[in-house]
Amino acid sequence: MTDQRPDPDALLEKVQRAESIRRRGRLKIFFGASAGVGKTFGMLLAARERRAEGLDVVAGYVETHKRTETEQLLEGLEVLPPRLVPYRDTQLREFDLDAALKRHPALILVDELAHTNAPGSRHPKRWQDVEELLDAGIDVYTAINVQHIESLNDVVSQITGIPVWETVPDAVLESANEIELIDLPPDELLQRLKEGKVYLPQQAERAAQNFFRKGNLIALRELALRRTADRVDAQMRDYREDHAIQSVWQVKERLLVCIGSGGTAENLVRAAYRLAQLLKAEWIVLYVETAKLQRLSKEQRDAILRTLKLAEELGAETVTLGGHKLAEEVISYALSRNASRIVLGKPTLSGWKRWLFGSLVDTIVRKASDIDIHVVGKESNFLSQARESPYFSRSRLYLGLAPEEQNSLFTWSTAYLWAIVATAICTAIAWLMFDHVDLANLIMVYLLGVVVVASRYGHGPSVLSSLLSVVLFDFFFVPPRFSFAVSDTQYLITFAVMLLVGLVISSMTIRIQHQAKIAGHRERRTASLYAMSRELAATRGEDNILRIAVKHVAEVFEAQAVVLLPDETGRIAYPKSEGTAQSCHGSDLSIAQWVYDHGQMAGQGTDTLPGGEIVYLPLKASSGMRGVLALLPLNPARIALPEQQRLLETFTSQIALALERVRLAAEAQSAQIKMETEQLRNALLSAISHDLRTPLAAIVGASSSLVRDGDRLDRHARNELGQTIYDEAIRMSGLANNLLDMARLEAGAVVLNRQWQPLEEVVGGALAGLTARMVNHPVTVKLSHDLPLVEIDSLLIERVFANLLENAVKYTPPGTPIEISAATGQDELVVTVSDKGAGIPAGEEQRIFEKFHRVDSEGNQGGAGLGLTICQSIVEAHGGRIWADNLSSGGAAFHFALPLSEPPLIEQEEAVPS
Amino acid sequence: MNNSATLIIIEDEAQIRRFLRTTLASEGYQVVEAETGKQGLTEAATRKPDLIILDLGLPDMDGVDVVKGIRAWSHVPIVILSARSQERDKISALDAGADDYLVKPFGVGELLARIRVALRHVSSTVSGEEEGVFAVDELKVDMIHRKVTVSGTEVHLTPIEYRLLTVLVKHAGKVLTHRLLLKEVWGPNYVERAHYLRIYMGILRHKLEKDPARPRFLLTEVGVGYRLAVI
Repeated sequence: MTDQRPDPDALLEKVQRAESIRRRGRLKIFFGASAGVGKTFGMLLAARERRAEGLDVVAGYVETHKRTETEQLLEGLEVLPPRLVPYRDTQLREFDLDAALKRHPALILVDELAHTNAPGSRHPKRWQDVEELLDAGIDVYTAINVQHIESLNDVVSQITGIPVWETVPDAVLESANEIELIDLPPDELLQRLKEGKVYLPQQAERAAQNFFRKGNLIALRELALRRTADRVDAQMRDYREDHAIQSVWQVKERLLVCIGSGGTAENLVRAAYRLAQLLKAEWIVLYVETAKLQRLSKEQRDAILRTLKLAEELGAETVTLGGHKLAEEVISYALSRNASRIVLGKPTLSGWKRWLFGSLVDTIVRKASDIDIHVVGKESNFLSQARESPYFSRSRLYLGLAPEEQNSLFTWSTAYLWAIVATAICTAIAWLMFDHVDLANLIMVYLLGVVVVASRYGHGPSVLSSLLSVVLFDFFFVPPRFSFAVSDTQYLITFAVMLLVGLVISSMTIRIQHQAKIAGHRERRTASLYAMSRELAATRGEDNILRIAVKHVAEVFEAQAVVLLPDETGRIAYPKSEGTAQSCHGSDLSIAQWVYDHGQMAGQGTDTLPGGEIVYLPLKASSGMRGVLALLPLNPARIALPEQQRLLETFTSQIALALERVRLAAEAQSAQIKMETEQLRNALLSAISHDLRTPLAAIVGASSSLVRDGDRLDRHARNELGQTIYDEAIRMSGLANNLLDMARLEAGAVVLNRQWQPLEEVVGGALAGLTARMVNHPVTVKLSHDLPLVEIDSLLIERVFANLLENAVKYTPPGTPIEISAATGQDELVVTVSDKGAGIPAGEEQRIFEKFHRVDSEGNQGGAGLGLTICQSIVEAHGGRIWADNLSSGGAAFHFALPLSEPPLIEQEEAVPS
Repeated sequence: MNNSATLIIIEDEAQIRRFLRTTLASEGYQVVEAETGKQGLTEAATRKPDLIILDLGLPDMDGVDVVKGIRAWSHVPIVILSARSQERDKISALDAGADDYLVKPFGVGELLARIRVALRHVSSTVSGEEEGVFAVDELKVDMIHRKVTVSGTEVHLTPIEYRLLTVLVKHAGKVLTHRLLLKEVWGPNYVERAHYLRIYMGILRHKLEKDPARPRFLLTEVGVGYRLAVI
């Protein structure tokens, strides 16, 4: 039964999750239905037990509310001093995250997970502090009430009638290693309340009285128990997955949630979240922006963006699509993402309207036959109004609209005025035409006016224009003229059709314009991304990449930007190169470092240090973090739009990829260099060990024999030994010369001493130096009399000849001739040294010029394989080139070309003083 | 061979001194050794040597300065020993008045030949033999009649070609730097125009040599100058 086998991917994911958990600290949450059930008490009790086991336990922040039994438990535990933050007239006591990280205990207690930190803290929320503690590998005990859980927030508010804005994302709860439910029956809780054992803040006294009603407490207790049960259930399922107990492996579900502009969108998202949790499904929240929806007021658009942000916080993927047929967009997207269920809100229209215009739900149900459809009921809407908490007013700030859309709210009074004027002009034109044309054609003039108004001033004015057109047409042209009365009832049909046509034209014109605008936006986005990708792909060098990245990011996001890169030790540093006008100055390196270390966004509009003006984005590539992009947007609200966020992510990943590419290239290059250096060293070692030690052995042997037995040897033997020493020493000297030449040429220590020379003289010099070894090889020199002078360093070019000749001698049998010839070519003098030997083995024509390369490395020709390399270096230093080939008549030919230029003039002899 | 000439060897490396001393003493020369430039100058002043062998790579002072120091008061022949990396020093020393040079490593044959040429040159100058006839193999230069023959055939030379040849003959066997030849033949304004010399040397070779690419008489000292062969 192959079905019984666990999916390997799922198992791998499991293992990876387990590994990352091992590195992270363990989170234990003490979970209760309401205040007063004894969470803090339970937490302290557990902590004391841990300490008794010998664990390093510190109370990071514990709120005892002066309850004596709780305070007693705290005694003997190390308590971290709170951070005092001045706030208005008082001082707020806050958990000191940095001190805790510095102290780094094994286990830390941090009460009230849902707490909102004082302004100016590193994170706005305490649960984010806890996340950082966990990341640092510290175990955390914390406590939370059911009403603070994001997804249950609305339910709790409905039960109690009291809105709660201190919430914790469900993901935090889910990531907890353990959840301990602290349960107290409502009656006992009320008893405790009566005894004054439950802390109540003064200002919330009345609300609290309302809150602690038995009905509420029962409902909250049920919520807490159910939530815990869900979790236990999930654990059970995990366990079963681990142990492959389940016989059928579930197909992963994917929910697609469609939200609209209505106030129910938030409820829809929460409901979908709970459904997704139950189904253990991925979920996508989709907002289709149709032309109609684009005309929404700023408040309505804000609400939509807020809902999308909420969905993201709850772990959904959010998508915004443009299009004009809502149902079709939804279905095609659902199919493209392979969604198994679509979640929709209940239709807002009812009765005949729904029958006449249809509703999204009906259309989707009809068209999407393979997908399950969930319709979520409408819930009380009071939450949306109650949510004007400080947190959300901040969200509103950064969820604001793009500037052009805010500004494009056309001063509507002017627009309507123009609509009236345009219709008046139409009437004037029609007046002039009245005597010459039929009434039906006058209607066309009015329709033209409607089209113009619709295209320029939008929906409202064009509707006004349509209405006015009908009225004016009636008044001025329809008999009886100059009255609204109509003589022929047929005109009523004319009016109706005229109005209808006007309205349809106006709405279609506007729709087309919106489509064009959306397309234009998308086009620009795609184009800007493409432009950057193309430039990045074409560039080399980190500096260029940074410059291109800053330029494009600055242009597209209307911001100043800078890319901060880490140094060798992983510390983020300011760029060394000078900035441009688009560079962002004054970025905070410590925030950038945090972003780099954690791979998360920080700064303006994010969850970490939102106070500043600059946004810091991690540049994440496949092999790790590459750096940080700091962005100072002109309009922060715009950057916070989800679609802009996504575009920004695409940009950052492109930049990170480009940086990674550069780094990989540099690494590959340095590896190549290292490898070549290694090869070179080996070649040098072998050259020295073989080519120096062989003659040395001969010299040592021969000379020691002369020293020891000199007297006993006959004259002939002594000469023989002496000759051996001499020959071998000369050979070593040649090798030493070549090594020295090579080293000097390589080091660039050679400065050419170029002088105008006849080639003949240099050849002569080389031949004179080699006479002794050339005895067995007749050398023919074929140089014509009219060869021009060449500007060369005679000493070096002589080395070229000497090496080429020596090479020819070495690789050809004795007695074979060698020929030196030269010919003038285009701007160069080509010199050829050819022999009649076996020629160069195929494929070796290039390699023979490589350092330490020898055609037959095991052969006994001697030499370190440097001669041709030296020739190449010298010829190239003269601006020439060298190459080798085989002659068709047999034998090898080495050619080198020296550049020719105008030689200096020489005075005629008559002019010279004699 | 029995030479009574006194030679001073100024060389800091003991092994080279030992080899020179052994070889030269066996040839009958009186050998005086000096380890440093200063010591060499002192020895040169006190011993009145017939020839000085000077290594350019001395630890205490620049070999060129030693040449200048000696030339300040004496015309004693100086033969320089240089390593391959000392091309420029070698030319400076020759221009400063040194008579000849040898590049390490060198063979004994070469060394003795250079010493003989230098010593003979001194004796010929002293005995006033300067004018007369110079002959090597088939080349004959008759300076009294301004006549140059190769294998008995007269060769016609222009005034400059002839003057170049006579300068070489005057210093036959010795290396002459480009600078010195240019100064002697064309005058002090021409010392930087080495191509004049090379072109005229090429013409001379074509007129006098059988195989100009492998000269028998007019030898090239690559990068340094020319030498007229004496044997």
